[in-house]
Amino acid sequence: MSRYLIGRVGQALLVLWGAYSITYFILYLLPGDTLSIMLSASGMEADSLSVEDLAKARAYYGLDKGLFEQYFDLLLGALRGDFGQSLSLNRPVADLLAERLPQTLSLAGLAIVLSLLGGIGLAYLTAYLRWQPLKKTLARLPSLGFSVPVFWMGLLLIQVFAFGLGWFPATGSKGVESLVLPAITLAIPSAAVYAQVLQRSFQGVWRESYIATAYAKGLSRGQVQARHGFKNAALPILTLIGLQVGNTVSGAVLVETIFARSGIGRLAQEAVLRQDIPVVLAIVSVSAAAFVLVNLLVDLLYPWFDPRITHTPKVS
Amino acid sequence: MNMLEQNLGRKTMSASPGLWRRRSRLQRVTATLLPLLRRPGFSLALLVVVFSLVAAIAPHLLSSFDPYATSPVDKLRAPNLIHWFGTDELGRDLYTRVVFGSSLSVLSAFLAVGIALLGGLGLGILSGFAGGRVDAVIMRFVDVLLALPGLLLALAIVTAIGFGTVPVAIAVGIGIVPGFARTTRAEVLRVKTLPYVEAARLGGASWGRTLLRHILPNAWGPVAVLATLDFGAAILATAGLSFLGFGAAPPAAEWGTLIANGRHFLITAPWVSLLPGLFLVAVVFSLNHIARTFEETQR
Amino acid sequence: MNALVDIRQLSVRYRHGNTAVNRLSLRVAQGETVAIVGESGSGKSTLANAILGLLPDSAQITAGQLWVDGQDLTHASERQKRALRGRTIGLVPQDPMVSLNPTLRVGQQIAEALILAKGKRYPAVDADIVELLQQVGIDNPVLRARQYPHELSGGMRQRVLIAIALAGNPRLIIADEPTSALDVTVQRKILDHLQRLVSERGISLLIITHDLGVASDRADRILVMQQGELVEQGAPRQILDAPQHDYTRALIAAAPAFAKRREPLIHIDPMIEPILSLKNVGKTFALPKVKGEDNTFVALENLSLEVYPGQTLAIVGESGSGKSTALRIALGLEKPSQGQVWFEQQDVTHLSWRDFRPLRQRLQLVQQNPFAALDPRFTVFDSIVEPLVSFGLLKGPALEQAARELISRVHLPASYLDRLPRELSGGQCQRVAIARALALKPGLLLLDEPVSALDVSVQAHILDLLEELQREMGIAYVLVSHDLSVVANFAHEVLVLRNGKVVEQGSVERIFNHPANEYTRELIAAIPGRHVATRAA
Repeated sequence: MSRYLIGRVGQALLVLWGAYSITYFILYLLPGDTLSIMLSASGMEADSLSVEDLAKARAYYGLDKGLFEQYFDLLLGALRGDFGQSLSLNRPVADLLAERLPQTLSLAGLAIVLSLLGGIGLAYLTAYLRWQPLKKTLARLPSLGFSVPVFWMGLLLIQVFAFGLGWFPATGSKGVESLVLPAITLAIPSAAVYAQVLQRSFQGVWRESYIATAYAKGLSRGQVQARHGFKNAALPILTLIGLQVGNTVSGAVLVETIFARSGIGRLAQEAVLRQDIPVVLAIVSVSAAAFVLVNLLVDLLYPWFDPRITHTPKVS
Repeated sequence: MNMLEQNLGRKTMSASPGLWRRRSRLQRVTATLLPLLRRPGFSLALLVVVFSLVAAIAPHLLSSFDPYATSPVDKLRAPNLIHWFGTDELGRDLYTRVVFGSSLSVLSAFLAVGIALLGGLGLGILSGFAGGRVDAVIMRFVDVLLALPGLLLALAIVTAIGFGTVPVAIAVGIGIVPGFARTTRAEVLRVKTLPYVEAARLGGASWGRTLLRHILPNAWGPVAVLATLDFGAAILATAGLSFLGFGAAPPAAEWGTLIANGRHFLITAPWVSLLPGLFLVAVVFSLNHIARTFEETQR
Repeated sequence: MNALVDIRQLSVRYRHGNTAVNRLSLRVAQGETVAIVGESGSGKSTLANAILGLLPDSAQITAGQLWVDGQDLTHASERQKRALRGRTIGLVPQDPMVSLNPTLRVGQQIAEALILAKGKRYPAVDADIVELLQQVGIDNPVLRARQYPHELSGGMRQRVLIAIALAGNPRLIIADEPTSALDVTVQRKILDHLQRLVSERGISLLIITHDLGVASDRADRILVMQQGELVEQGAPRQILDAPQHDYTRALIAAAPAFAKRREPLIHIDPMIEPILSLKNVGKTFALPKVKGEDNTFVALENLSLEVYPGQTLAIVGESGSGKSTALRIALGLEKPSQGQVWFEQQDVTHLSWRDFRPLRQRLQLVQQNPFAALDPRFTVFDSIVEPLVSFGLLKGPALEQAARELISRVHLPASYLDRLPRELSGGQCQRVAIARALALKPGLLLLDEPVSALDVSVQAHILDLLEELQREMGIAYVLVSHDLSVVANFAHEVLVLRNGKVVEQGSVERIFNHPANEYTRELIAAIPGRHVATRAA
């Protein structure tokens, strides 16, 4: 087990390092002229500066060093928690992240809980129902769920619940009630994915032979579903939760923009708009870290849910 | 696939009209498609998708208005018989703008899925087929790409190469690559171990022949379904990016930009952003429905 | 006396399609053992589900009555049917490997049945679990109750399922295909055990099986079903000795256990060289390293065999015996760790795939699962001629001519060349696979369990076809099988493998009439239907 743990953690770190490197490559090497992007992000025009000033600026941004030196400086900094200076806001990126992170974490946390409740609830209900027309309608609902763009859903909810009914504030990041609409918006696509996967999984499980065994014992349909169907059907969801972290982060960018919440996602949108390269790099790295961490946890927890999986080598 | 079809075609022609005659590929495709078309849901979905494709290629066939013609008198009109979707803040016909917006949105989705198919299929086939170290390296690379949330990866790419429809499409396409690579690899690995592949090998078929004639055609199904699904996802993602303001510059309009523009009038004229959004939902939902129907018939 | 199960003129129909059970009547008295025999599609499983009250939503009872323990199930509510399940009727399902919930401990699954039977949770439940496990013959029941199904062997899982069926003290147990998933010797022990338990308690047993042999060994009465109808019923003796219906006669003729032994064929000319010979072949696999354990696994040890043209050699063994490894080595798919493989007087042990390729024209394989052996996208024509195309032997009209000849060789009409595998039955698929293997005119065919996935009557036809091909074309066969009864009627030479070692080797006559080894005797004794067959002789 411990050997597996070390290997798995090592793999996670490797993936994280790879993610950081790819993002660095995209942001620092892909543009033809990184310096002029950085200058314009800080509010200066590259053309209006003299040659000496340009050289000074180059040194200031650390662009005068060799490629590898630049990369390792940034990487070491990131490891120490120092992501450099924001170009447009002129503040350390780490401070910005620390300030904005709680907003996004509470939003994403609530959204994940809601999506699990909604998705699993819908699929459970679909599997339990026997009246075909309703069953079929509910089975189509998830694909509608992820056909709806997050930003449009947000606008619709604002229109109905904020402007129409006045139950929740339309925008802002103060108080719990301001969290409700954004969290629901963010939860819908993930809930749709969970529901769809679980519905299919239930379809497969109902055909399993052990379900017949359970019925033959004299259990009722509800008991069979709860004790024998659900746990087996829900196993694929576990891996999905890890994979959905990425989608939740992506969605947060849109949701925070629509609802004007000051979280990481909004920061990302603003940073991209101003081409604030260090901030973008930091946000992508932090999201990748969250993804890697959650997936690591899911992998380590998996044997606890599925007794067939063990992390010790076995002789068959 | 093309080579395969030509191959089959040649055989069909050379077949002498003896006791039996090979059914052509077309006959077989129609035989599977016809019962599907009888399902009203599938036909409707197909109609919506075809409509958006026509709108992308020849928008002037579907609307007589000029998408850029402003008319301050008619601004923010509610939907009526002349302006089916109403008008926007400059009095432009919204339906026409949606129809003309198709070309940017649909074509960028095509570009994105094309990139994803090219990259994903290539990596997946190589990985599943070669196995061993090559497989391990490619899969680690895919893991890394997977760890980067799609939209953020796209944002990083857009930051680096600039705003606009094409960069956004490229960014979205790269974001879908890992999913394709994984599915393709899984399918290739699954088909590779099936008895008929072993039978073909024992019958003297080379690996190249086995790959082209047995593994790829049989692995193709789930990948095609994923491509259809991801076509919808790509439309959503490009719309999302243009909603954030990284897409086409005005007055050109993608679906995402149309929705974004309308949000300023949400209280007074909700249709300006909600109706183009509804159209977008219809297209993506239709794509999902088609993908799902194909998936069900494959089983 | 009232029968426990009394079915009168019962018809069950599926919503989109055929009538699965048609006007069937059946009585099972308390303590009686009844076997329902039928091939796939005969409606025997639908009948079992109807008795359990577990018909799928798509099936409907359209006529007749179904009385179980004084209640008519055709009009019973779900609640009434549920009260019967477990407490009046127990089920031993078909495949023990997939019939236990993988995420619940064995003890919990038995406890569930016990608690349901008692109506509520009670304190002695743990003791009852252990006692039940002991009764069904499981050692160390305290430990086993805490384990998960995947930690138990197939035989043990089957025993656990019997324990679950017994937990509610039922008056009837339905055993669905109890002989299909496990090794023959294991299966025989478990069935003996089940019968003992059932007769001790006076429980009725309803065996659903495709195997006339099993039915005649175990049942007081046999019912033969064909396409939803009861064609014949009676005591085993009566059915076997004086079958009234044509279908029953066909089944008996097809059942290998009752068929005639094959004539010892051609004496082998000492001048003829063997087409294939394995010399002291062994195979070891490396296992993942675990401290304190041997990290190699010996799959095959010191195997020598010779196959002569026109002769059939059978390799017999249960799962894990190394028979598949032997086959893969003979095919060149696997390299042996020791020893040599000679094919047509040529040492092929260390040939690369490329060097081996020309030899493949002389050496072909017929696989186990005929549905999976054909590419679902290839028409029969494409499949059959593929080896010819791969080797670039024929083209155009000559290729079509070859396809026509091959398909008539396996007795299928030429119009089938146009079909896809999914439009064929299992037996037809296997014929196509055989035609494909014949395309290159091989000298040796390796048959990997060629009939184990097929219905009994279809098995007989395929075996007949193979025999005919051997007579006409002089092909040699290596038959790998777990089923001694198939081997008995088909092979000339038999080789018995167990745990990678050769147990016994000799002519089919000698092995069956004078088995020298204890294990061989056990295998022969486990062939179903031998009770009656030997008594009759």
